[in-house]
Amino acid sequence: MSPATAPRHGTIRLLHLAADDTLTEGTLADLPQLLRPGDLLVCNDAATLPASLRAVTGRGEAVELRLCGQTGEHDHLAVVFGAGDWRDRTEDRAPPPRLRIGDQLSVGDLRATIVATDAVAPRLVTLQFDRAGAALWRALYAAGRPVQYSYLDRPLDLWDVQTVFAARPWAVEPPSAGLALTWELLLELRRAGVAFARVTHAAGISSTGDAALDARLPLAERYDVPAATVAAIAEARRRGSRVLAVGTTVVRALESAARRGGGTVIAGTATTDLRLSETTPLLVVDGILTGMHEADTSHFALLGAFVRRERLHALAARATELGFLAHEFGDVALILAAPSTNVCRRRTHVVACSPP
Amino acid sequence: MNTESNLEDRGILITGGSRGLGAALAHELARRGARLFLVARGARDLERVAAAIRDHGGRATAFAADVADKHAVHAIAGAASDVLGTVDVVIHNASTLGPVPLRLLADTACEDLQRVLEVNLVGPFRLSKVLVGPMLLQGRGLVVHVSSDAAVAAYPRWGAYGAAKAASDHVARIWAAELAGTGVAFLSVDPGEMDTQMHAAAMPDADRSALARPEVIARRIADMIAGAGLPSGARLEAATWKEGA
Repeated sequence: MSPATAPRHGTIRLLHLAADDTLTEGTLADLPQLLRPGDLLVCNDAATLPASLRAVTGRGEAVELRLCGQTGEHDHLAVVFGAGDWRDRTEDRAPPPRLRIGDQLSVGDLRATIVATDAVAPRLVTLQFDRAGAALWRALYAAGRPVQYSYLDRPLDLWDVQTVFAARPWAVEPPSAGLALTWELLLELRRAGVAFARVTHAAGISSTGDAALDARLPLAERYDVPAATVAAIAEARRRGSRVLAVGTTVVRALESAARRGGGTVIAGTATTDLRLSETTPLLVVDGILTGMHEADTSHFALLGAFVRRERLHALAARATELGFLAHEFGDVALILAAPSTNVCRRRTHVVACSPP
Repeated sequence: MNTESNLEDRGILITGGSRGLGAALAHELARRGARLFLVARGARDLERVAAAIRDHGGRATAFAADVADKHAVHAIAGAASDVLGTVDVVIHNASTLGPVPLRLLADTACEDLQRVLEVNLVGPFRLSKVLVGPMLLQGRGLVVHVSSDAAVAAYPRWGAYGAAKAASDHVARIWAAELAGTGVAFLSVDPGEMDTQMHAAAMPDADRSALARPEVIARRIADMIAGAGLPSGARLEAATWKEGA
C-alpha cells in the first residue's frame, strides 16, 4: 500500500470486514449505514502536541527532541535525534551525541535538564523542564512542531494533525483514525442514532530511529476514561448495542481500563503497557474503525485481537489491489469482531464480566 | 433554583480577561466556583487579574496570547483543555474597536477593517472550531459571544466594529442551527453600555455616571450562563435582564 502523501479533505475509502468475514468496499460516508442505531462510537479526544523540538546541548550540538510522554509536572520522556530533518527517514537520521544525566538542553528560552537515561537505549531520556503547567505549554507551542513524516510532500502544521474533537494535548503523534472524521459525518452518525463517548489516550511515538527501541513500542502510555464513558458503555451493553473504537488507541485504553477493573471498564487515569494481539481476548470493544497499516507493525498485531490473521492479510491484500492509501492520512477499514471474539458478548446481556 | 451552584467546578475560558467586562466576569464566575482559563494579549495585566482571583480563593490561570493569531489557537485550546480538564464554557469577550477616534466607514483603512474582523470574528470562530468538537463528544457545552448594540443599530463611525459584531451574532446563530439537539449551545449577549476603558476610548465625552458598572453586568451574564433552558442561538440583552430571574 502506498502512503497518503498529504492531509486529505476529499473522499476517504473504506473496507468493511463484517463479523461474518465478508469484505465490502465503500467510502467513509457509508459509515452511518454500516452502523446500527444505539452503537457506541468511542473516540480518542487527545490533541496532538507539538512534540518535535529543536534543541541545543550545553556543548552546542544541535539535536531534535521528540517528546514521547509526560511523566510529571515538569517531566517528559523524549527521544533524542542527531543531525537531519523531516525529509530523512527516521531510521536514517544520525544518532544523537552522548547525553548524560545532568546535561542541559536549550529550546529557545526554555531549559531542560536530563534527569534519567534509559539503560538500554541511550537516546531515550527523561527531561525536566524549568517550568510547568500553562507556562510550559506556552513555551512548547511556541517552539515545537508536530512530529513530521518523511513520506509526506510538505511539512505538517498543527492544524493538519488535529481531529475535530481534539482536547487535551496528550498525543505525541495523531490518533490518526479520528483524522478522517468530519463534522458532517459525526452529525450524520448522530442523526442515525449512533452514540458517542470519549477517552483520552496519549498516542505515542511511532518510530525512534533505534531498532531495539522500536521493538519496545508502544511505550507505556497514559490514558483517561471519564465516568460518563463508563456509564455509556454499561448502557450500550444493557441495550445489546456494540462498543466500537475509533483507532487502536481507544482499544488500548478501554481494554486496559477493563483489565484494571477486573473485567469491567472503570473510570480514571492510568498508564498502560498492554499489548493486544490475536492471543488477547477483547473484554469491551466489539469493532474498530482503523487506518491502513502494514503487516509486522504493533498496530497490525493489535487488529489480530478482532479477527483471524488470514482475514487481516486478505483485507490488506484487497486494500492494496484497490489502490487504498496507507498511514496517517490514508484510507480506513471497519473491522467488526466475530461474535465469539469478545468474551463479554459471548454471554449475552451480561453487563460485567471477568477476564479469563 | 440556586443558579450559583451550577457554576461550581465548571471549566470556563474567557478571552479578553485582563480588564473591563472580561475581568469582571472572571471575578464573578470564580466567586461562584468556576475554574477559569483567562486569555489576553497583555501578560502583566492578565496575571494581575488571575492572581487577584487566586488571592480570594478562586481558581484562575493566565495565558497571554492574541486570539487573532492563527498559530496561537492550538496553544490556547491545548493548554486550556489540559489545565481545566474539560472546557465547558467559552466566552468570546476579547474585541477591538480598531483605531480611535472612530472613523466614518469610507475613511476606514481596509487593513483596519481586516484587523477588526480578525479579532472580533475570525479569532472567535477559530477558537470555537477547536473547542466545540470535544463538547460534541461530551454532549454538552456553551459558547457565549459578547455582542454590542452596534451589531443591530447602524451607528455612524462604528462601521468596522458594528459589522464584525453583527457577523459574530450571526455566526452564533448558525452554529446553534447546525448543532441543534447536540447539547452544545450558543448565545450572543449584548452587555449594553458600560464604564470601561473601551467605552472611554470610543466615546471620551460620555457621562460615566450614566454607564453600567461591569461588575453588575458580569453578575447578569453569570446568571445567564448558570441558568439552564435558554434557547441556543438566542441574543440576550444584559441591560434588561432581571437578576435572579
